[in-house]
Amino acid sequence: MVDPTSPLPHAGAAGGGPDRATSQTSAVTPTQVGNTLRFRDDPVPDEPAVSLDAFLDQSNANSVRLEAGDDVRLLGPVLERVRLVEIDFPKFRDGRGFSSARILREMGYRGEIKATGDVLVDLVWFMRRCGFDSFAPDVPLNLEDVLASLDRYPHVYQEAADDAVPIWKLRHPELQNG
Amino acid sequence: MKILTGNDLKNGRVVWWDGQGWSIHVEDAADVGDQADAILAREDAACRVNGGYAIEAEPDPAGRGVRPAHIKDRIRAYGPTVRPDLTLKPADPNAGTWVI
Amino acid sequence: MYKYDQYDHAMVRARVEDFRDQTRRRLAGQMTDDQFKPLRLKNGLYLQLHAYMLRVAIPYGTLNSTQMRKLAHIARTYDRGYGHFTTRQNLQYHWIKLEDAPDILGELAEVEMHAIQTSGESIRNISADHYAGAAADEIMDPRPWAETIRQMTTFMPEFSYLPRKFKIAVIAAEADRAALRWHDFALRIVRNEAGEVGFQVFAGGGMGRTPFIAYEIREFLPTGQILSYLQAVLRVWNRHARRDNIHKQRMKILVHELGQEEFSRQVEEEHQHFLALGEDFPQAEYDRIAAYFAPPAFETGLPDEIDRSDPDFAVWLDQQLAPHKAPGYAIVNISLKPIQGIGGDITADQMDVVADLAERYSFDELRVAHTQNLVLPHVRKADLYAVWETLRDAGLADANLDLVTDIIACPGLDYCTLANARSIPVAQKIADRFADPQRQRDLGELKIKISGCINACGHHHAGHIGVLGVDRKGTESYQLLLGGSGDEETSQAKITGPGFDEDGIVDAIERAVERYREVREPGERFLDTYRRVGMEGFKEAIYG
Repeated sequence: MVDPTSPLPHAGAAGGGPDRATSQTSAVTPTQVGNTLRFRDDPVPDEPAVSLDAFLDQSNANSVRLEAGDDVRLLGPVLERVRLVEIDFPKFRDGRGFSSARILREMGYRGEIKATGDVLVDLVWFMRRCGFDSFAPDVPLNLEDVLASLDRYPHVYQEAADDAVPIWKLRHPELQNG
Repeated sequence: MKILTGNDLKNGRVVWWDGQGWSIHVEDAADVGDQADAILAREDAACRVNGGYAIEAEPDPAGRGVRPAHIKDRIRAYGPTVRPDLTLKPADPNAGTWVI
Repeated sequence: MYKYDQYDHAMVRARVEDFRDQTRRRLAGQMTDDQFKPLRLKNGLYLQLHAYMLRVAIPYGTLNSTQMRKLAHIARTYDRGYGHFTTRQNLQYHWIKLEDAPDILGELAEVEMHAIQTSGESIRNISADHYAGAAADEIMDPRPWAETIRQMTTFMPEFSYLPRKFKIAVIAAEADRAALRWHDFALRIVRNEAGEVGFQVFAGGGMGRTPFIAYEIREFLPTGQILSYLQAVLRVWNRHARRDNIHKQRMKILVHELGQEEFSRQVEEEHQHFLALGEDFPQAEYDRIAAYFAPPAFETGLPDEIDRSDPDFAVWLDQQLAPHKAPGYAIVNISLKPIQGIGGDITADQMDVVADLAERYSFDELRVAHTQNLVLPHVRKADLYAVWETLRDAGLADANLDLVTDIIACPGLDYCTLANARSIPVAQKIADRFADPQRQRDLGELKIKISGCINACGHHHAGHIGVLGVDRKGTESYQLLLGGSGDEETSQAKITGPGFDEDGIVDAIERAVERYREVREPGERFLDTYRRVGMEGFKEAIYG
């Protein structure tokens, strides 16, 4: 028997706290410039990305480069001056960058998050859902393959850093926000 | 002798380099000397073998070709010891004695 | 049991097409094996000794007759006429061709089955009590939560490239039939003093080369917070585990290195963070899923008496049944451990027999136990004789549940690239040695578990008697362990001393068993005697 007294947060609050950023994944056409695939239309930040340590030291940098093991929450106090965060994937199997990106979006960061390193096309869908909006892998991605992979799964089972509506919400339309 | 083995990419069957191609019979295995890495790299890139590697082997004393040095590769050559009916030579009652 | 809706179907079909495309690219040489391997592992496809091996998910060990018949069909059409049930309630085929794999996944999708996340560094099949929904001692059926968590953890974007595999188990009874504390994350559904339903949560267990027993990380977690809590655990592990040494990346290692207190602190902190984001599943979705697990329409006023005049039937009755919550019903255990067979293996014809029995006598429901046996969860006592006759004729009526010949063994070096030694022949020799039914019953509950290598897929760390196959200078050698358990009094088996060869290990086990008989007190199982007298009480008998 289901226990109705089990406390649950109201599903309507699933939009999260007021600061959480969700990236528009639904209808964004990417542009490809050289090695980089970009799902944003604002100007590309042109400052070179500096290491996390350097970024925290320098007050004028606006682009930071995170290694897989860096603690993204250290950017918390200085988030408003960040325009670009590069997150490296030393080996595609190393999934720490997914957490870093999603945490950034949860902190309210709306700037660019770029995946670098060993990024395979099969990771891009998960990366987009975690808040990545540009990709500059060691081996360039094929745009057609990327678009096909983003189109492959018609639904998602859970919420993430994107705006995709999870299946459980589709099943219970009365619970959706607005 | 040094021989090469791996699995067929499409069907997963155990295969042995016979000097020109990949055979399912370990008796056909050829001694590759110091060419192992070169052959494997070429064959892997052409998708003619999956997960290929080199092993030590010796001519089988009973005259049935080649006997891999390690029991794992002998089981690969023969089939599961607990299912003689599923091995490469189910009709040969002596085929398994060579494995252990 | 759960039925897919349009969304579940769409996702599984998309997964089939995704894998079909990945396979095409691999066969065309557009992907190296290094790139393809994690992708095929996420669909349960291993490259093993003789061929590819496919591990099909059987969520929390529950399936119906249609699904079992499809598994039989696949065995006949694409494999070599049989399958193997595993220690995580899944099914494996050992003779698969890569070029057939997409079609096989397509056929599975037709009957609401898949191989998603059954291997690789994924959140694996969620296991549950194989008596769920039938057991007399449960507070509720744990499977709605297992299904809820299954959906939550399918294609989780943040957690699709984890440091290592992650295994979850769910039960709802005091008795632990799912080996909770050998999992990375485990839940026991409980009621608190206020009568609210919640989870007792365990974290950080696992077998393999460095076994750890999970600790209680939360005494009571409200059920509505499971998604936020699980994400907190996964995120702490995903962010902080090592990534440089595959043998040190399971969550149990992180728990050990941080210490339980620090690990708990970090999880609680991250949990607060997720709670504030408010992403937990709504009650309405849980209720929707739970409705599929409503108890079947049990008849009432059924006879409790069983005609025991057939002596073979009586022997089977005494060993193979478990108490059912509905009067007049029984839980039936089907042994896949015939004395001269291969434990856990089942032919396509036997699968069809079991499917028919389920459909006719068990509300079309079957279970797979982590002990590599099957269960018909809801059989009327009045039907037991008919069920037994059918099982007997199909070679499935061995009366050895939890006895010395009910051995768990991994496929071992006969099938597996990771193995150091063969395990099935050892299991067969042990079973043969102790085959006498009277001797088996005299010895009582005695759980032997055999692994062919240190990865411990045979769960030897949890065996009352455990056997570990090792490679000793190119020859197969076997270590003997005593005193492990996967029940609610979880313990890790300890090695006795120097190893043995294939015949020696059988003799050593017999000496240990005879020692038990010498010193046991009334009512003591082998495990109880071992716990009372310790390793010292056995060592001399074993090594002389």
